[in-house]
Amino acid sequence: MSRAIPWAYLALMFGFIYLPVGALVLFSFQDGTLPVPPFEGPSLRWYADVLGDEDLTAALLNSLLVAVGSSAVAVTLGFLAAYGLARFVLPGAALLRALLIAPMTVSYLIVGLGLLIVIQRIGLPLSLLTAGIGHAVINLPLAFAIIYASMGGQQQNAERAARDLGAGEIAVLRLVTVPMLAPAILAAFFLSVTLSWDEFIVAFLLTRFDVTLPVEIWSMLRSGLSPRLNAIGSVVFLISVAAVVLAELLVFRRRR
Amino acid sequence: MTAPVTIEAVTHRFGDFTALCDIRLDIAAGEYVTLLGPSGCGKTTLLSVLGGFVAPTEGRVLIGGADVTRLPPARRPTTTVFQDYALFPHMSLLDNVGFGLRMAGQDRRRRDATAREMLELVGLAHAARKRPHELSGGQRQRVALARALAVGPDVLLLDEPLGALDLALRRAMQDELKSIQRQVGTTFVHVTHDQEEAMAIADRIVVMNAGRIEDEGTPARIWRAPRTLFAAGFMGETNRIPARAGGAGLETPFGTVPWDGPRGDAVLCLRPDAVGTGPGALAIGPARVRDAAFFGTHTRAHLVPEAAPDLVLVAHLAPTELPEPGAVLTLSAATDPLTAFPTE
Repeated sequence: MSRAIPWAYLALMFGFIYLPVGALVLFSFQDGTLPVPPFEGPSLRWYADVLGDEDLTAALLNSLLVAVGSSAVAVTLGFLAAYGLARFVLPGAALLRALLIAPMTVSYLIVGLGLLIVIQRIGLPLSLLTAGIGHAVINLPLAFAIIYASMGGQQQNAERAARDLGAGEIAVLRLVTVPMLAPAILAAFFLSVTLSWDEFIVAFLLTRFDVTLPVEIWSMLRSGLSPRLNAIGSVVFLISVAAVVLAELLVFRRRR
Repeated sequence: MTAPVTIEAVTHRFGDFTALCDIRLDIAAGEYVTLLGPSGCGKTTLLSVLGGFVAPTEGRVLIGGADVTRLPPARRPTTTVFQDYALFPHMSLLDNVGFGLRMAGQDRRRRDATAREMLELVGLAHAARKRPHELSGGQRQRVALARALAVGPDVLLLDEPLGALDLALRRAMQDELKSIQRQVGTTFVHVTHDQEEAMAIADRIVVMNAGRIEDEGTPARIWRAPRTLFAAGFMGETNRIPARAGGAGLETPFGTVPWDGPRGDAVLCLRPDAVGTGPGALAIGPARVRDAAFFGTHTRAHLVPEAAPDLVLVAHLAPTELPEPGAVLTLSAATDPLTAFPTE
């Protein structure tokens, strides 16, 4: 009896987390026009519909582009900031660290509005580039925090040994620091990609003609419920899962 | 490859703290020197000055006659074996050992060949493809040594290289370090706080304290006739007998021994193995045994001499003697060479 309680709790917890996703995926196979019970199907007609929709597939590719591009920028900048702050004695280092991490506490809406004002003031047209800049801004503090936290004495000693053996600064970074920090760097990258992938507010404020997938979905939502939305949602979910699995294979397996 | 090292009047300050004070030292090519001292004595700072990790506030460092004082580590003919080994965890042993040669621009085939030779030298040729985390502490130590030797440095610096190993392994590695040094002929400078380790491997020991050199010389010379009271105490246990230097020599509670040191208060140092029941130049006289314990090669006893009841002497007696507490022994001490220092 007492052994059953933890299992029941586990089942309830996972049910709570995955039931909405399960329902979404189930009704994406609905062979009717409304994603509500009773379930009729299964059918792949909505997937065919979604993948045949040029606006949607364009938005999907835009989202991938923005996610990968902005994450690469955020992780590169975050790594350089972490390396500088961890390896060199700088005046006001504690303040610099705090300033780098502080944006994490600011809501995306405020960050997005601020960026919108700045971008319009300097006359940059709203586009995927501006959305990418927005995502780099919101992901930089996270990338910095993850990479900075994993910089320890071990790498520092290995870097010192590399210099002792004749390595220049570029060689030290390329052959010692980055490979030793690869798990943290990849973790930061994949987390940035998944956050950027389903970020809505900043992308909504900072794009105009070419939009990312969440923005496209939002505009479709205005025309009411349809199993089409479930199909898109399932595709989005599948891609997120793929990113997580890739991260697991590339990052966490290797660490063991 | 090998080269002599000259340290000319090196002083180094960290803010107000003087870590090294006017250090002057000549190390011959191919010599095995240990820097011995308690933590905070400046020995690691001196090693860092040799390796180029610390630029001294004053003074010069010459290696093979060339002034290297302002050269960065990468451009010095030195390499370092670090206390925590600092191996590259993401590389195989072969790549770890070949790293310095890779930095020197050697192609893979040549550097792999040299790296294999070096792994052979330290007995790890069979593990060339392994990663550092698959090795034991002693094996990692050997890889660090092979990596530092692979580039053919003139001077190898070792920073407490055996500090993380257990005692038995440490003793085994000492012998191995010494034999490797004999094979490669490189000048070794080895930092340690363990005087047994220093005696086991060094051609010459440099005893340091509070940023200064207290004594330097062969292990036997420093053990038998240390130049300072600190060196006498740090090299091993010693009985300190308060004494007074007068016209007739050194007046101790046990009699007067000839001494030509300055007059005034002094302290006579007697090693426990110099105190015994056999004949000796200084007759301590009857002493009561407080306790005694068998140590294999000797019996260690605490004794209270009747001539100076407020002193407790430590003596290493023959292993066949095991006196009962309370027994009275007649002691004498060998005083050649006489080790005594004036006290301020």
